[in-house]
Amino acid sequence: MSLPFYVSPEQLMQDKAEYARKGISRGKSIVTLEYAGGVLLLAENPSTSLSKIGEIYDRLAFAGVGKFSEFDQLRKIGVRYADVKGYSYSREDVRAKALANAYSQAIGEVFTREMKPLEVEIVVAEVGDDRLAGHENNAIYRVQYDGSISDHQGYCVIGGTVESLQSYLQANYRSALPLGDALKLGIAALERAANGEPKVGAQNLEVCVLERQRPGRKFRRLSADELRGILSP
Amino acid sequence: MLVRSKYSGSSFSELLDVEFPHLRFENRLLQALPSGLPLGQVQAGAAPIPHGTTVLALKYIDGVIVAGDRLATEGYRVASRDVQKVYTTDAHSLIAIAGAAGPCIEMAKLLRIELEHYEKIEGDPLELEGKANKLSQMIRANLPAAMQGLVVVPIFAGYDPRRRVGRLWKYDVTGGRYEETEFEATGSGGLYARESLKKSWRQGASREEALRMAVGALMDAADEDRGTGGIDLQRGIYPTLSVCSASGIEEVASTEIAQIHRTLLEQRRGAA
Repeated sequence: MSLPFYVSPEQLMQDKAEYARKGISRGKSIVTLEYAGGVLLLAENPSTSLSKIGEIYDRLAFAGVGKFSEFDQLRKIGVRYADVKGYSYSREDVRAKALANAYSQAIGEVFTREMKPLEVEIVVAEVGDDRLAGHENNAIYRVQYDGSISDHQGYCVIGGTVESLQSYLQANYRSALPLGDALKLGIAALERAANGEPKVGAQNLEVCVLERQRPGRKFRRLSADELRGILSP
Repeated sequence: MLVRSKYSGSSFSELLDVEFPHLRFENRLLQALPSGLPLGQVQAGAAPIPHGTTVLALKYIDGVIVAGDRLATEGYRVASRDVQKVYTTDAHSLIAIAGAAGPCIEMAKLLRIELEHYEKIEGDPLELEGKANKLSQMIRANLPAAMQGLVVVPIFAGYDPRRRVGRLWKYDVTGGRYEETEFEATGSGGLYARESLKKSWRQGASREEALRMAVGALMDAADEDRGTGGIDLQRGIYPTLSVCSASGIEEVASTEIAQIHRTLLEQRRGAA
């Protein structure tokens, strides 16, 4: 009879983390930016049908990097969570903090219990609404493959080359940028990740916004034509 | 708990059925209803339930117009004078409800979430026909309650962006779905509103013309049916009118409805 090998918990966690990080680093990064009119989510994505950014609820958006099947599943779970919550309470009760916490719990549980961790990193963004006292501020949460959660102000990057993008944004980000400038900043950041690769064209970009002034559902996907219009006035 | 869900489809009401049955209106309703009650007992029994009355929809040149009066009644009493019977379900569709107010409003709310949920999960909205069919299934699920008197008979209308026309459907309590080519009215004053529209409706009417037809039909219904609310000048309560076309849904302002009402009154006085 053969005895199972002993692996220390520390080693096990390290191996899992390395495995997850490797999977995530293969994908492209996603940039989330607060701008004057709301929150902008920006991804390099050559596919027009397989999206990395999605609508969760009236004021909530989701973005994921890593393995598509895994983060898309998380997105759908988020939509179900938000819709049930909004149905049983009120639409204003659906908030990013609670959702990000639920994600953190779920992803963390998979990381500790399962053989294979989720190879994903996600962002939950919420846009403020000036008509609701106490709900005026935006919120951005990042949840990593092991369930660790962090909140961000101004900008947030997820994906393979987070550090270089983050330092670039730290140096160049200003608050209350107009949409066009925020978009250019986001693209410049993504191009840094590409490391000398050709420019990121409008046809390879997936751009979504949560617009503060929009009534009801604030999520909107910008078309390639609209992007070209904003980028080359 | 969050990652392993039992339900993986794209329908919100099915999600409720599978994972949150306690939130389902129909389930609670059936638990509360004694099964031995004869038909219609709830309606006439010790707990009167508000009922909504006349709603209508008609086609015009650019799409459809959906309208409803504002009165809810409990038997012969007024339950509410300014109830909402026309609900926007998404950017290009509307539901107008008649019947027991509680289940009706619940169904309108659920349909809105249902359409939005599907769109978010699948990444594409349902076709207009698909939306109408979904409503059919929801009415069918309400059948046991309907047999006890809690009837929901809505009209569903919207703009079909693929066919570039306005379309409208009527329903029966079994979920039967019938597409109408011109107009439809339902509720206690529905018959009178239909008779009125039968005289006034014409193909290719303009927005203004169609709004006059709709207000006229509601006035006729309120004139003949005690359950239908007329225009309440004292409180300034006007019927709800929504116009749905390719550019979306526009709720008609009460000042415009007041103007149409005045014109119609003058016409009718002049004719008498």
